[in-house]
Amino acid sequence: MSMTTPVQDNVPANGSVTPLLQVRDLKMHFPIKEVAGLGRARKVVQAVDGVSFDLKPGASLGLVGESGCGKSTTGRMITRLLTPTAGQILFKGTDIARLKEKDLRPFRRQLQIVFQDPYSSLNPRQTVSNIISTPLRVHNLVKKGKELDRVQELLERVGLNPEHHNRYPNEFSGGQRQRIGIARALAVEPEVIIADEPVSALDVSIQAQVMNLMEDLRRDLGIAFVFIAHDLGVVRHFCDEVAVMYLGKIVEQGPREQIYGAPQHPYTQALLSAAPDLGTIRGVPPKERIRLVGDVPSPIDPPSGCRFRTRCWKSEDICATQEPLLEIKPRSGSGHTAACHFAEPKVDLIAETA
Amino acid sequence: MTTPANEPKDLQDMTGTEAAADAKRGPSIATRERRQGSINPSGETPYLEVENLTVKFPTADGLVSAVNGLSYSVPLGRTLAIVGESGSGKSVSSMAVMGLHDRKRTQITGSIRLGGDEVVGLPENELMKIRGDAVSMVFQDPQSSLHPLYTVGNQIAEAYLVHHKVSKDVARKRALEMLDLVGIPNPQRRFKQYPHEFSGGMRQRAMIAMGLVNDPKLVIADEPTTALDVTVQAQILDLLNNLQKEFGSAIVLITHDLGVVAEMADDVLVMYAGRCVEYGTAEDVLARPRMPYTWGLLESIPTVSAANERLRPIKGLPPSLLNLPTGCSFNPRCPYKDRVKGERCTTDLPELLPVDGAGAHTSRCHLHDKASIYEAEVAPRLG
Repeated sequence: MSMTTPVQDNVPANGSVTPLLQVRDLKMHFPIKEVAGLGRARKVVQAVDGVSFDLKPGASLGLVGESGCGKSTTGRMITRLLTPTAGQILFKGTDIARLKEKDLRPFRRQLQIVFQDPYSSLNPRQTVSNIISTPLRVHNLVKKGKELDRVQELLERVGLNPEHHNRYPNEFSGGQRQRIGIARALAVEPEVIIADEPVSALDVSIQAQVMNLMEDLRRDLGIAFVFIAHDLGVVRHFCDEVAVMYLGKIVEQGPREQIYGAPQHPYTQALLSAAPDLGTIRGVPPKERIRLVGDVPSPIDPPSGCRFRTRCWKSEDICATQEPLLEIKPRSGSGHTAACHFAEPKVDLIAETA
Repeated sequence: MTTPANEPKDLQDMTGTEAAADAKRGPSIATRERRQGSINPSGETPYLEVENLTVKFPTADGLVSAVNGLSYSVPLGRTLAIVGESGSGKSVSSMAVMGLHDRKRTQITGSIRLGGDEVVGLPENELMKIRGDAVSMVFQDPQSSLHPLYTVGNQIAEAYLVHHKVSKDVARKRALEMLDLVGIPNPQRRFKQYPHEFSGGMRQRAMIAMGLVNDPKLVIADEPTTALDVTVQAQILDLLNNLQKEFGSAIVLITHDLGVVAEMADDVLVMYAGRCVEYGTAEDVLARPRMPYTWGLLESIPTVSAANERLRPIKGLPPSLLNLPTGCSFNPRCPYKDRVKGERCTTDLPELLPVDGAGAHTSRCHLHDKASIYEAEVAPRLG
């Protein structure tokens, strides 16, 4: 890949829309020290190891995977809360992966993040008004004296009572706190929001409220979302495009219908088959069960070749020696890629709704 | 199914006969539940019977009724799932079964019977004999419920030693057997390891091994898979299912995940604000629900198999237990309360009554044409 004209060589196959965000071969290796004999060995945790994707304006991409697969780390690198070990993050053509803090500032405004835990992501000693107006002040977005108006407007936008602006986070429930977190992200009018498990800490009925709010924001304000979640139902509901991650790599990526309807990678198939589903009780024939054995291997010393091979029922010799590339497979639909030597679509994994 | 035209009449008739049958006991919220044998949807003899359980905690802001008039029963070999949102009382009620509440600070009334023997009010030393032996608990967070300074094997062996007069060697063998049974590879080596050397799924397996070491008749699993990833969750649920088949224990599964309920439960009890609002077999409650709160729960879940339709969340927030709404606790959030004549939803607490006039499927709702509303309006939205 050329370093000087990175935008051109990655025009999306299916359209003329220029991606807002392009992530290219992103890597995050955390150094760790491990006791080895008398001394210490330097090792790295390969939390993310070569992730690439595009995000179009107003689109929503779901990053799915189990804990430790690197989905949150990816989100944190895109917002530059972490500086990647290698790779590019192109926002409207500018690589922000290694920008200095000073130069990064204008981009921070465009890329906002909503965190998983609404309890630890809001400062308990700050009023809601302060929490939401800090980004406004930092980016000089409102005139002095007009801050409160904007804060109240934002509170109303996320479905909270504007009169509650001088309350503290502890006076709100989990769902309401998550709305405050969303209002804080919205304050600077971002073009991309990274939502890192935004609803997994909430009760189902509240979860649906917050999901609908984010859907409205996406529709009304045209904000693009990178939606990080482990709940396959939530991702199916919210995202047009889905990338499945395993041990720091994307193993399968494509439009929602393809991923859920005809998954090609054995891991995606296992993941879908493991998700408990309500369909069975309504007389829908039970789906085929694939049960993975064992746990995810350590990202310190990942398996050679295909990283999923240690748990894969299709694994053969080639899987250990040759790493499969994320590529379009003969039987896949447009824009649907999978990284597996033995990829083939499986269509009967999720129970059909009768 | 009853037609909407005659269902109201049926319901009233039924209430009348019920009231007559229980007349000598005086009027009660749970008249129907008082009768032995009818409280269990399967009709089998229950091992665990909870009757009219109420748990209250004094707090700085007043007395909180965390659980209010709860009745259910579970026979051996069957799984009851208790579903509800945080604060609905699902964990509090099962901790009462284990006698885990601080007795100085908790007021427990009602009856909890294990194989016919009353548990409420038992002295601590009697409870100690039951806990971990006839009844055991698998907690949500295996990280914090295993002792970090003891090896996993020793903790399992200890659980056996407490209830059996055997040598340490026998207990050790038993622990190894259990580790093997719950699918932990290389039990000999794992026995000597500490909890931090186990992964999340392995720890939960160890917890289950500890819970089952004394061959309990009742296992209470409090959100056993909530902290786990889906593929590991599937393994643990399979394990629990298989172990139940082997040991024939009764399982009370506490969860907020209706998907897990659909895969595991024989019976389902839905709790809201400390009360049971719907109770029946899993098929009844999930495929023919008869309570607007259950409908709301089902409608607000994005499922793996559903299309991308807009979710229909339950509006508002669960009520504070200190300040419950009058009448039905769910009425401020209920979209159907206008269809009940008068102000009954806001004035009278609905009783837990059989939905079709008879049978074991009960719900707490004033709506008369629940079945037709569900079939005509809710079911199509669920797809």
